[in-house]
Amino acid sequence: MQEIYKENILDHFKHPRNFGPLKGAQASAREVNTICGDEVEVQVKIKAGKIADIKFQGQGCAISQAAASILTEEVKGKNLEGVQRLEKNDVLKMLGIPISPARLKCALLALYATKNAIKQTKDK
Amino acid sequence: MNLAKDFPILKRKFNGKRLVYLDSAATSQKPRQVISALKEFYEKYNANVHRGVYNLSEEATQRYEGARTKIASFIGARAEEIVFTKNCTEALNLLAYSLGKELRGRDEILISQMEHHSNFVPWQQIALERGAKLKFVEITKEGKLNLASLKKQLSKKTKVVALTHVSNVLGTINPIKEIAEIVHKNSGAVLVIDGAQALGHMAVDIKKLGADFYAFSGHKMLGPLGIGCLYGKRELFQKMKPFLYGGKMIKEVSFVGTTFAEPPYKFEAGTQPIAEVVALGAAVDYLNEKGMGKIEESDRKLVSYALKELGKIPEIEIYGPKTAEERGAVIAFNIKGVHSHDVATILDSEGVAMRGGHHCCMPLMSVLKIPGAARASFHIYNTKEDVDAFIRGIRKVREVFK
Repeated sequence: MQEIYKENILDHFKHPRNFGPLKGAQASAREVNTICGDEVEVQVKIKAGKIADIKFQGQGCAISQAAASILTEEVKGKNLEGVQRLEKNDVLKMLGIPISPARLKCALLALYATKNAIKQTKDK
Repeated sequence: MNLAKDFPILKRKFNGKRLVYLDSAATSQKPRQVISALKEFYEKYNANVHRGVYNLSEEATQRYEGARTKIASFIGARAEEIVFTKNCTEALNLLAYSLGKELRGRDEILISQMEHHSNFVPWQQIALERGAKLKFVEITKEGKLNLASLKKQLSKKTKVVALTHVSNVLGTINPIKEIAEIVHKNSGAVLVIDGAQALGHMAVDIKKLGADFYAFSGHKMLGPLGIGCLYGKRELFQKMKPFLYGGKMIKEVSFVGTTFAEPPYKFEAGTQPIAEVVALGAAVDYLNEKGMGKIEESDRKLVSYALKELGKIPEIEIYGPKTAEERGAVIAFNIKGVHSHDVATILDSEGVAMRGGHHCCMPLMSVLKIPGAARASFHIYNTKEDVDAFIRGIRKVREVFK
């Protein structure tokens, strides 16, 4: 019952990790889910091909905010190439909950924002 | 009113629980009678209308025009005052495009803060295109139309006033009769009413309302998808330029020009959704048989009960007028600290189908200063037990997010 709202997800929603502005960020990217008004903005700091620091800000449903919290924890300190290769299924695995097609965009907002932010640092 | 037996879809189960359908403001369910009418048309009468001289085409035409008459008299209009469109949005676009062709630089269009995007974006875009000014009637704190704001903004420059009859978020029933008097007394504007959330829920007598145009959707009044209607006063329809061009809407075509058919045909280019029109006629029969007074009463009881039960839950904020008497069959609300999509997901796991989000009213959401809201909406087939299931679901949301 309520499999999607597991304790872990609710915990990340209520107490998001890596939440807030990132001082000295090299790039940021914002993604919105126009259907429900979720928004996630990710800021990154890159050092030696790795994500040295990452933070997010936003508002929206539990899935979008918990996914951002979990993803930023997961990718901090990781190689950029590896992060750029992350896909839908990787995020779903991190979340560990069943996501219906209607809620998929919520779950993936943070991934899109993170990838776009990294891309910007490369374009610079 | 327990009419669930007439609606085959309500036998479905989700997660082992019976479907409690509380999203009728998005689209209503269809009774067997409407579904049968569609099937019967395709099995017995399918042919294109008007042009055929053979019997089958004549029978199809009779049914099609018979439905037009039925739909027209349902709102107290004449058949030639009803134009068929694909939905309510297209009916409003027809007006925006056709009336928009006559707009000049200093002209003004007046809409309200509570409009659905379908009665907002067409006017906004036409105003931008024609260099006209778009103005907004404000809403009061309790979510009603501010009639003083309406009156204040009317002038000789106002060419179109476009307002909703019932708000799909606030539930507010706007006093159209009073509004029509204000508009016609203080300007030369035509009054356009979006009736999507009103028709099928309350008795509408178009002559008494005094609106110049009235747009509505078939699928929200127990009819099939793909059919909408536009009522318009005949003399206005006659003056207006067509919206879409093509077959059936012409009188005569030559290499140098075209003369157009009389309304309503002038606005019905191409083959219309004939079976859907006939089935919408069946929906009107169904509504008439149940009685609009009784339907209104059933809505009111459900809304009143739901408001009372929701009112017992402290974290809930309800938008719009406080009492069921001032409302259509819609209740939008938020639970503190919970996004409306999470509310909808948890209710879904209880078999309750309802909606979260901005409900195609992003400007209104900004006025209310909320990103979205959860919304329960009712129709003739809903029961007190449905409201109970809904409230149980809401209590579950609180448990999950406590």
